[in-house]
Amino acid sequence: MTKNEALVKYCLRLGDSSLILGQRMAEWCSNGPVLEEDIAMSNIGLDLFGQSRTMLTYAGEIEGKGRTENDFAFKRLEREFFNNLMSERPNGHFGDTVARNLFLSAYTYHLYKKLSSSSDSTIAAFATKSLKEVTYHLRHSAEWVVRLGDGTEESHSKTQQSVDDLWEYTADLFAMNEVDELLIKENVAIDLNEIKPLWDNTINEVLERATLTRPEDIFMQSGSLNGMHSEALGHLLTEMQFLPRAYPNAKW
Amino acid sequence: MSNTDSQGPIWEVFIQSKPGLAHKHVGNLHAADKEMALQNARDLYTRRQEGTCIWVVPFEAIVSSTPEDDEAFFEPSNDKAYRTPIHYVMPEGAKHI
Repeated sequence: MTKNEALVKYCLRLGDSSLILGQRMAEWCSNGPVLEEDIAMSNIGLDLFGQSRTMLTYAGEIEGKGRTENDFAFKRLEREFFNNLMSERPNGHFGDTVARNLFLSAYTYHLYKKLSSSSDSTIAAFATKSLKEVTYHLRHSAEWVVRLGDGTEESHSKTQQSVDDLWEYTADLFAMNEVDELLIKENVAIDLNEIKPLWDNTINEVLERATLTRPEDIFMQSGSLNGMHSEALGHLLTEMQFLPRAYPNAKW
Repeated sequence: MSNTDSQGPIWEVFIQSKPGLAHKHVGNLHAADKEMALQNARDLYTRRQEGTCIWVVPFEAIVSSTPEDDEAFFEPSNDKAYRTPIHYVMPEGAKHI
């Protein structure tokens, strides 16, 4: 594997994870529990789409085969996506969504902080800009998890269930392969073993404030590095890709 | 406006558009507590670079005059033009007088 091949894969991982979570947040548009949250979640989705555009465009440039951000987003199949498994988890109820977003935004918060000093200037600029956005996403999801966890008996038990159900997808966030190995040597990528304790601290802190129990690492899912996904991704892509596939090259 | 629906209490939102200027009332929102009110205000009212500072104030903390107060409160100043600096020449460059 050449450095460029690894870099394309790495950019797709970052770009796809933002894109797929962005699509999940877009699903909340007009379905939020209150107007304020409807707008908050749609805003978060738009931030994530912006992030994914930068990375998918860059992946296309490095790959050099003329693929655009739209080609990557709308003309790939499930197995060609490298988003982490957590980002494709369905929205479920509001507690499921904010728990999933907490796990993800705590991850990107610490990852982008480190990536902002990447030796690759595009990735560094992407991380610096995105960090400001995910800092807010983390605040939004963490404050909600605290309020639901430390809320009523019903909201507490529902949110604990959300955390328990999602826990098996957390290990996949920290999986690494030869892509990471190569890019860490070049100071482009970050060793995710450095991110894990930081993520643990943030999650433990929020769960404690929320009076929620951190689940045990029993069975953990994996596979996103090889494009292995859950059934949920296929359904998401079906909706997201419908229009460009039904009407190729449609314009506004 | 009802302040007791299922979406939580109402908060009035004030945005400062530039440092040094006064906070201006821009609208209101629902939120369960002050932290969430601030976050919601950020999402609802500062999406297009409207401001540099946000205040949120519980609706019930605001005391408002009523139309019945108009006569006693506001009419007496109608014939006292000397209270406004309309007869002075504005200093060059002064914008916020």
